[in-house]
Amino acid sequence: MGAAEAAGSALLTGVAGWLFVGFALLILGTAIAVVWSKNPVHSALFLLASFLLVACVFILEEAEFVGAVQILVYAGGIMVLFLFVIMLVHQRTAAGTPAFQHQWDIALLLLPVFLIPFLYILGTEKFTDIARNPDAFRAVAGRVIGNTEAVSWLMFRDYLLPFEVASVFLLVAMIGAVVLGKRSFEKVD
Amino acid sequence: MKILTPTFLTYVKVLLIVAVVPAIVGFVIVLAERRIMGFMQVRLGPNRVGPKGTLQGLADLLKLVTKEDVTPARAEKFVHFLAPVLAVIPALTALAVIPMGPSIRLARHVSTPLWVADINIGLLFLLAITSIGVYGIILGGWASNNKYSMLGGLRSAAQLVSYEVPMGLSLVAVLLMTRSLSLVEIVMRQDRMQLWFVFPGLLSFFLYFVSGVAETNRNPFDLPEAESELVSGFNTEYSGVKFAFFFLGEYAAMIIISCVAVTVFFGGWLPPFGHVKALSFLHIVPPFLWFLAKVGFFIFCYIWFRSTFPRYRFDQLMALGWKWMIPLSLVNIVIVALAILWTPGRTDGLVRLGWLFGALFLLMFFLAKLRQALARRDRLASEPAGTRQSALKA
Amino acid sequence: MKVQATDWLLLSPELFLTAAGMILLASSVFVGKAKEELFGFLSVLMLGITGVLLVFVSTMPERAHGPILGGMFVVDNFALFFKFLVLLAMVLTVLASVRFVGEAPYPGGEYYALVVFSGVGMFFMASGSNLISIYVALELMALASYVLAGYFKGEIKSTEAALKYFILGAFSSAVLLYGLSLVYGLGGKMGLADLARLYTGTQRTNAIALGILMILAGLLFKIAAVPFHLWTPDVYEGSPTPVTAFFSVGPKVAAYAIFARIFYVAFPKFQADWGLIVALVAAATMIWGNLAALLQTNVKRMFAYSSIAHAGYALLGVLGFQTKFGMWGVLVYLLAYTLMNFGAFALIIFLEAKGYAAESVSDFDGLAKRNMPAAVVMLLFLLSLAGIPPTAGFIGKYYLFTAAMDAGYAWLAIIAVLASAVSLFYYFRIAAAMFFTDGVSAKIPVSYALTAAVIICAVGTLVIGVAPESVLDVLHRCVPSKY
Repeated sequence: MGAAEAAGSALLTGVAGWLFVGFALLILGTAIAVVWSKNPVHSALFLLASFLLVACVFILEEAEFVGAVQILVYAGGIMVLFLFVIMLVHQRTAAGTPAFQHQWDIALLLLPVFLIPFLYILGTEKFTDIARNPDAFRAVAGRVIGNTEAVSWLMFRDYLLPFEVASVFLLVAMIGAVVLGKRSFEKVD
Repeated sequence: MKILTPTFLTYVKVLLIVAVVPAIVGFVIVLAERRIMGFMQVRLGPNRVGPKGTLQGLADLLKLVTKEDVTPARAEKFVHFLAPVLAVIPALTALAVIPMGPSIRLARHVSTPLWVADINIGLLFLLAITSIGVYGIILGGWASNNKYSMLGGLRSAAQLVSYEVPMGLSLVAVLLMTRSLSLVEIVMRQDRMQLWFVFPGLLSFFLYFVSGVAETNRNPFDLPEAESELVSGFNTEYSGVKFAFFFLGEYAAMIIISCVAVTVFFGGWLPPFGHVKALSFLHIVPPFLWFLAKVGFFIFCYIWFRSTFPRYRFDQLMALGWKWMIPLSLVNIVIVALAILWTPGRTDGLVRLGWLFGALFLLMFFLAKLRQALARRDRLASEPAGTRQSALKA
Repeated sequence: MKVQATDWLLLSPELFLTAAGMILLASSVFVGKAKEELFGFLSVLMLGITGVLLVFVSTMPERAHGPILGGMFVVDNFALFFKFLVLLAMVLTVLASVRFVGEAPYPGGEYYALVVFSGVGMFFMASGSNLISIYVALELMALASYVLAGYFKGEIKSTEAALKYFILGAFSSAVLLYGLSLVYGLGGKMGLADLARLYTGTQRTNAIALGILMILAGLLFKIAAVPFHLWTPDVYEGSPTPVTAFFSVGPKVAAYAIFARIFYVAFPKFQADWGLIVALVAAATMIWGNLAALLQTNVKRMFAYSSIAHAGYALLGVLGFQTKFGMWGVLVYLLAYTLMNFGAFALIIFLEAKGYAAESVSDFDGLAKRNMPAAVVMLLFLLSLAGIPPTAGFIGKYYLFTAAMDAGYAWLAIIAVLASAVSLFYYFRIAAAMFFTDGVSAKIPVSYALTAAVIICAVGTLVIGVAPESVLDVLHRCVPSKY
């Protein structure tokens, strides 16, 4: 276990470690900016940046396939539609309204109540080495293959059922969007 | 030659791509486009600057650089600036994974492959990175604070998202044949199988290239910048260098689409029918030139389409994408998967698939011709000969 | 993992139900609004076939071999019980919807398809034996529910209900997911049995407890326990009434299925962490649910609070999961609750005919004079909800309170009894309105489908109340196995 552990921890030390910290801070920063921005288009752009940075973290962790899919699906597909909708409904006058409602002071008071225990618990936790396998994202049953292959083995073999249920989920999402978005139904008498 | 380390060479290659591609766009493609379109439309095209107009690119560049950089009064300044950058960077980044030829020798013991990076997820990376390019157009349209720009941006968003789906799906069908996402491996496999994937993937190629044309907002899918409706579409409020960036982004995207088409479907740097003894003299031409020639052909196709096809209407565009391309590409995946499933581990299935698609293609071609001829006969029969003549004269 | 031939058979009810949803969806292209009852009968037919398939699956000996599909899907008696219960809720919903949706200017095919897809999610929830499959199934159910809540999109309250349900549901899902990710990240396992093996009690760390508590919070949101109940009254009030009736039984029952399974199978050793919290939540739920219901004048809101209170009673059984009556009581109670609560809602739908709303309690005025059978049946459901013998509600409550006593939560049982006593007040307000007040004497049109639903509920409530032995015996075999 010693060598593997050393290799595993080497994944996030040195330059890679600092990059991870940098990306993580940037993700947090852009995520806060999403909420903070008064202009919805700016929020969407920060969200886009956040997605791209998450993809960077995936690639840093040698999960290239997941990183590329993250960009392709979230940045290239979902966010484009987000922007599309925001631009269609967005009025420039809305930009002047405050980004927060009146509950923000209560939220600020409650924040440390949740944050401090979280930080304490996660900070003092001794994490086990299960996730520190350097080939965790590239190997299936001990055999090292590419990340793409590893993901597909997992997805179509071990996690086939959730994958298929997720496809029904997307179908329902589509039906729902059409049903709710369609112009009112003309009653046929 | 200590200096020629792989890392250093990679930097050199990156610099070359970033420097040379814009130059090619500016000096070669634009000039070629204008001259070829001139030829097709029976006019001259630019022929004043330099011998036969060869320095027209330089003149255009000077003009764009020296122009005033105008930002509309109530535009979103930063986003307005960001948009053209977002249009160019993804397109140039994507070139990093395109293999333009096998290794070449630079000096003794030093050779380098003609690609910047051969990554495991090459094709997916390309799709992902090029899908970012749409933001340049959408944001440019939005930030300009101009109705026409906005409409152009919105059209572009809808169009690109719609056509990304058949594009991705058509490549999925090819992936079943290539069994790898690495572009280098895809070329190598075509070499080993002695078969370009365009034959078994004829339908894929057709779907890919049509979606590719739509993805790059080129004729007949250039609705985001339809002059007759939207002034100049998303780039109405752009001038000077920012406009040049949009311009460069569009052409770089064309190059990418052509490069991927060549790599995935047309054997990359391989000469045609390289395994046929009688054609072995084709190996004399360096692989890089084969690659360049093939890419050049597709760029020519782009120009050819532009001067040939009328523009789609927006609803036609959407109908084509969603009602034809996507179902067709799904059917295509099933067909290819079945062909591979029924002849596992061999190329027979793919070859037969190639024949099948070829026969279908020919059949459809002749059916279309027949229909055209019949329609023409009907038209001639229904109209008196005299009116037709007079209409032609008028 | 290899998919066996028998796996397909074990999955057949779910597969068929998914296909049924798609058939309904596709057939809505061909069937116009005028012939919409067809969808109702088609749905009932499909659900009947699913029921037959479930019976077939329950006879398969392969069920005993443990989870299939790589530990994702388990077909034990517990899962089958919940599937039958969900199926019952769906049949009742469809029957109650036929007239209601038919009269509304909205398409019918998609409505029934969404009910069916929601049911698919619940089926997979009942059978989920892995955190990821449970979560995905939960989301499938929830998404279909969000759309159903806003199905009457011309009515602003329906849209409001959908929006509130969606936002709070998504929020609770996020909390749940964070908890799941903590539990997974710490142990690297997502199968419930694997988790139980991993955490035998000695390796308790604060982070795991945190993850479990967040899962708990997410699930309490789904079953609408105080203080995670705030969405319930608005959603129940705004949704189309058959959908409200569906929400009050279907998703709640399914959420209880995963709640019980996760905490019973995966984290029983952590009871020290979640026991007291669940006890406090149960107490708060019973007290607040019943007290708030007292103040309501809108019937749908009143029953929303009533269903919150009932979620609190059922938590007693989860608390006493180690005793004989714990899980058994939950099953008995959920069966009884489904019948009686849906029955009550069916009566509200019955009153809510064209041009006549069953919004406030006064709309029940003089029901006895207008339609004596309806009033009597409603009285039966109210008695059962209040927990008065000889009805199903009494049996269920008796088991739950016994479980709480046995598990050492005597104080909670006392609170439960007191809260039940409070509930009598508001249930009898409706009863008094029906029998002792004069109301308008409009004739109420009768829908045969709805009448069928009411009869099913009434007969079930009475049979369980009068002759519980047969049912109890079957349910005792449905207590989850530890596999």
